[in-house]
Amino acid sequence: MSTIKTLDELKAKRQEILARKAAGNGKTVINVSLATCSIAAGGKAALEAMQDEVAKNGLSGVEFMQSGCMTYCYAEPTVEITLPGKAPVVFGGVDETRARELVTEYVMKGEPVEGIIPVNYERVVL
Amino acid sequence: MAATTTEKKQIRIATRNCGFIDPESLDDYIAVRGYEALAKALTMTPAEVVELVKASGLRGRGGGGFPTGVKWGIALANAADQKYIVCNADEGDPGAFMDRAVLEGDPHSVVEAMAIGGYAIGATIGTVYIRAEYPLAIKRLRKAIEDARAYGLLGKNIFGSGFDFDIELKYGAGAFVCGEETALIKSMEGQRGEPVTKPPFPAQSGYWQKPTIVNNVETFANIPAIIVNGAGWFAGIGTATSKGTKVFALAGKIQNVGLIEVPMGITLREVIFEIGGGCPDGKAFKAVQTGGPSGGALSYKDLDVAIDYESLIARKSMMGSGGMVVMDEDDCMVSIAKFFLDFTMDETCGKCTPCRIGSKRLYEILDKITKGKGTPADLVRLKSLCENIKDTALCGLGQTMPNPILSTMDTFGNEYAAHVKDKKCPAHVCTAMLTYTIDPAKCTGCTLCTKVCPVECISGTKKQPHTIDATKCIKCGACYDKCKFDSIIKQ
Repeated sequence: MSTIKTLDELKAKRQEILARKAAGNGKTVINVSLATCSIAAGGKAALEAMQDEVAKNGLSGVEFMQSGCMTYCYAEPTVEITLPGKAPVVFGGVDETRARELVTEYVMKGEPVEGIIPVNYERVVL
Repeated sequence: MAATTTEKKQIRIATRNCGFIDPESLDDYIAVRGYEALAKALTMTPAEVVELVKASGLRGRGGGGFPTGVKWGIALANAADQKYIVCNADEGDPGAFMDRAVLEGDPHSVVEAMAIGGYAIGATIGTVYIRAEYPLAIKRLRKAIEDARAYGLLGKNIFGSGFDFDIELKYGAGAFVCGEETALIKSMEGQRGEPVTKPPFPAQSGYWQKPTIVNNVETFANIPAIIVNGAGWFAGIGTATSKGTKVFALAGKIQNVGLIEVPMGITLREVIFEIGGGCPDGKAFKAVQTGGPSGGALSYKDLDVAIDYESLIARKSMMGSGGMVVMDEDDCMVSIAKFFLDFTMDETCGKCTPCRIGSKRLYEILDKITKGKGTPADLVRLKSLCENIKDTALCGLGQTMPNPILSTMDTFGNEYAAHVKDKKCPAHVCTAMLTYTIDPAKCTGCTLCTKVCPVECISGTKKQPHTIDATKCIKCGACYDKCKFDSIIKQ
C-alpha cells in the first residue's frame, strides 16, 4: 500500500476508487447493516441467506457489502439494495424468508417486495 | 403524504456515512472525501483551525455543551512538551447507543477528527477511551487506525506537513462515572476512576498533568464536515446558541425505535410524533427522559419546546449525550425516578459524601413511597435532599443525579401526592398499592384465572362469577393478563 503524501495524491486516490466503483456499475449492490444490534437482530443470517440464494440461482453481477447502523432499529435487520441504474431501496424486517424473497423477487425480477422503509432524512454528502 | 426534501425532519452530519460505507474499508471512506479535512487543516495554522471550530459554534455533544473551539483554544494556549487529545467513547447512559453507532459505522471520521484536533492543539498522541463492552466498535476502530497508518494518514509527517500523530486505544471497564472527563483521565492513568475538582480543567492540566482535550465521539464526527464545508455552513443549522444537529437514540415506548439526527431547535413534538410515530398500541404519550439518568423527564407540556442546550436545562433536564427514553400512560413517574436513582446509586464512585450517601437515602425514600409507606413529610425531605446534593456533589454525576426526581416532582407532583396521600399508584405500576378484584357482571366463570393463580387465592364454581381473596393475593397480575373477558379489575 503506497502512502498518501499530499492533498493531490489523496484526490487522485479518490478518483481512482470512484472510477473502480463506477466500473462496477451495472452490478446490483446488496448492503447489509451489520452493527452490533443489527447482527443481534439477525443481520448475518439475512446476509448468508441472500448469499446462498444468489449462489443457488447462479447470479453474477451481485455485490455484497456490509455497513454500520442504518438507524432503523425498529425494523432490523435492514438491507439496502441498489439495482443497476435505480435509486437505493432499504428493506426492513429481513428475516431469512424475506431475504431469499428479496433475491428472487426484487433482485432477479425487480418486483416490489413489502417492507420498504421510506427515507426520512437529508444526508450531508461532503 | 409523500415526503419531499423540505418535509424531512432529519439532517445527518455526524452520522453522514453510517449505513452507507463499509466501515472496514479505508477506500470507502476516501470515496466520500475522507481525510480531505485533515489535509486542508494541515495547510492552516493551528490557531486558524481553532478559530474555524469556534466560528462553527460546535458544542460538546457528550452533554455538557461546552464550546469545542474554546476548549481547543485553551489547550493551544497552554504551552507544554506533550499534549493529548482524547476521544470519550465511554457511552453509558441507559438507552443510548449513538457513539457505538458512529464508531461501528464510520470509525475513520473519528480517527480523522482526532488528528485534526491534535494538530489544532499541538498534540501528537490521541487516545480513544472506549468501553470494553463494545467489541465490534473496538475491532473496527483498530482496523481504521491500522489502515490509516498504512496509508501514512497517521504516523510521522502526515501529508508531508511535518505533523506527527498517532492513536492508541484504552479500554474502560464500563463505569458510568468514567464518562466524566476528570474521572476518565484518572482511569487512563491506571487509577480508580474518580473525578477531581475543576479547575484546573483538563485543557490546562489533564492526562499526566499535561494539557488534554477530551471530546465525545459525536463531537469528533462533526469536525471533518465542518472543516470541509466551512464554519458558516454548520452555524447556519440550528438555533442561536446551539448549532448543528444532535444525534438521539429514541428508545422506550415509541413506534419507531431508532437513531435519529435532527437539527437543534426541532420540537419534541416533531421528534416524538413525526419522526418517532408516537407511542405504540394507541397509548397516550406521557413523558420523555432526555439526558439519561442525569437528565429529567419532559412531559406533554413541553412538546412544543425547541430542543437546545439552554431550553432543556431551563426545564430541569439536559441534552446529555442523547438518550431519549419515551414513556406512555402505563408508566409510573415515581418508579421511573426510582429506576434512574437505582442506576446512579450503583454507579457513584463513592468519593464524595453527597453522592455516595445521598443517592442511597434518595433511593430509600423513593422505595418507601413506591411501596405505599410514604408520607407527605417524605416528599419535603426528598426535595430538600435533592437540592442539597445538587449544590454539594463533586462532579457532574452527583450534581445531576437528583434531576429525574426534581423534574418528575415538578410535572407529576399529583402522582407523588397520590402515592403518599391516597396510597394509590395512578398508573397501576407500584405493586404494593394494587388491588385485584373481579367484576361479577363480566366474569363468566371460565376458571382460567384459578388455573394461573400461583397462590390459589381465586375461588368459585364453574360458570359462576369468581372472587379473589385479597388477603392471600400476591398481586402478580397473572389472572389479569390471562382473563379474556376483562372481568379482573386492577386498581
